[in-house]
Amino acid sequence: MTDVMIEAQGVTKSFGDLEVLKGIDLTIPKGSVTCIIGPSGSGKSTFLRCINQLETLDGGYILVEGQPVGVKIRKGRLHAQNNAEAARMRENIGMVFQGFNLFPHMTVLENICEAPVRVKKESRKAVQDRARVLLERVGLSEKVHAYPASLSGGQQQRVAIARALAMEPRLMLFDEPTSALDPELVGEVLDVMRKLADGGMTMIVVTHEIGFAREVGDHLIFMDGGGIVEQGDPRTVLREPRHERTKQFLAKVI
Amino acid sequence: MANTATEPNAKAPAGDGLDRQLLMGRPHQRHGGLWLTAAIVLFAIFLVGYSLVTNPRFEWNVVFGWFTSERLFTGLLRTLGLTAISMAVGIVVGVLLALARLAPNAIVAGTAAFLVWLFRGVPVFVQLLFWGFIAAIYPRIAVGVPFGPEFFSVDANVLITPFMAAILGLGLNEGAYMSEIVRAGLLSVHRGQAEAATALGMRRFAILSRIVLPQAMKIIIPPTGNQTISMLKTTSLVSVLAFPELLYSAQLVYSANFKTIPLLIAASMWYLLVTSILSLGQYFIERHFNRGGITAGRSNRRRKAKAPSSPTTPQEARP
Repeated sequence: MTDVMIEAQGVTKSFGDLEVLKGIDLTIPKGSVTCIIGPSGSGKSTFLRCINQLETLDGGYILVEGQPVGVKIRKGRLHAQNNAEAARMRENIGMVFQGFNLFPHMTVLENICEAPVRVKKESRKAVQDRARVLLERVGLSEKVHAYPASLSGGQQQRVAIARALAMEPRLMLFDEPTSALDPELVGEVLDVMRKLADGGMTMIVVTHEIGFAREVGDHLIFMDGGGIVEQGDPRTVLREPRHERTKQFLAKVI
Repeated sequence: MANTATEPNAKAPAGDGLDRQLLMGRPHQRHGGLWLTAAIVLFAIFLVGYSLVTNPRFEWNVVFGWFTSERLFTGLLRTLGLTAISMAVGIVVGVLLALARLAPNAIVAGTAAFLVWLFRGVPVFVQLLFWGFIAAIYPRIAVGVPFGPEFFSVDANVLITPFMAAILGLGLNEGAYMSEIVRAGLLSVHRGQAEAATALGMRRFAILSRIVLPQAMKIIIPPTGNQTISMLKTTSLVSVLAFPELLYSAQLVYSANFKTIPLLIAASMWYLLVTSILSLGQYFIERHFNRGGITAGRSNRRRKAKAPSSPTTPQEARP
């Protein structure tokens, strides 16, 4: 249990009549980079959002570091987590969104410092120092006092990564982090993610960047129709996919 | 297109007979109609002004005498107090009703929708009369356990003074309108904003107060300014409750001296003056809440929309 970050069993999720996840079983070790690929509507983003409870599960369970997501067991009965308990779990899970979702009324520095100061009650001075270090790591030291609207998409996404890292999470979730970017800005974001992976961060990346999955990923998952079709070492899966659906998908994206 | 385009030559007209040199210039503007319209409007303004000065029934000396009088000024202060308190009540009630309407609990949301329907549907004048006559429905107002013991009670006529009736009538009516404004503001904030804050472990209240409301303010402030200005004038309805605000103060004076028109003008001048000041204040508040320029969702879209529409000059045309 100590070296497992995520354990998922039989995870299902429906939106109305539409069954988006049809039983996901998955184990993700600590310190690994897992890339999830698949056509749109395959449920890969939904699964990611289940991990930090932006969506609730309909069936099955997910454990993060051995702790059940969204539920607790008390006196032999299963209860739903309350809001505070859910929020406490999210503190340790960073998330980066396709649309960046920076807070537009705050400067870059304020964006990064908001959660550590308000949620973790850390001193503003300490958090600001850490924020400057993080901004240097993502190559945006000179944008400390800029507002998000004045930044390019690639810069905004790098700030969003720094903002998530400021909470010192043990797991980072990336939901198509480069899909909304102009092609020439994708590289700078992937570089930051690659450095993060080299530093040993546990990462789950929903992506269309096959190159990133091949070079940085430790594990590749191909999802289609709400289930995991195929998974394994990225280089093996990408070179010789065993399933027909995987082959068809890879033929289209590569 | 880039390789077929020839160098545009201004001197030699092409075969189509269009004078390229002439096309480089700006078209000739005709101003005749503009001047005529302006002259007609100016003449109309002159006629109105002439009548204002020459018609003795305006009694301008009486107007300015009462404009600066202590009685109207006291009435003005009451109007301002009434406006401020009613708006404060309206904003608090409005935020609560808006949050209730967006709540997942259907009973809570439905009750809030019903209250908005009720307080918006009955004319505020009628609501003021109801609050003024509340003692006819509930002669005593008591605090205690429902159907159980009563801790203390007061005479409704003592508790609900004309001032209290005015605050309740104006404030609750305003709350119904404000709830729609606040709700529109909350809904205007991109869903990803609350999601990002949630993912950072922020608690519900912090997400609302630090992330969603400040952004909603940009949508909420302008109509709230209008509501405040509107409220300033709506307080004049309170004269029906015999509360001596600005209009009722003026009415008390002209019922004694019969200078009806001059006093109504004096009161109107105060309303106009305060409205102007409020408009100026609104400008500065809007500027404050416009920090960061554009919202996250929009800035993204705008940048994308810009790229293809930027005109490509022949020099930078793709090879």
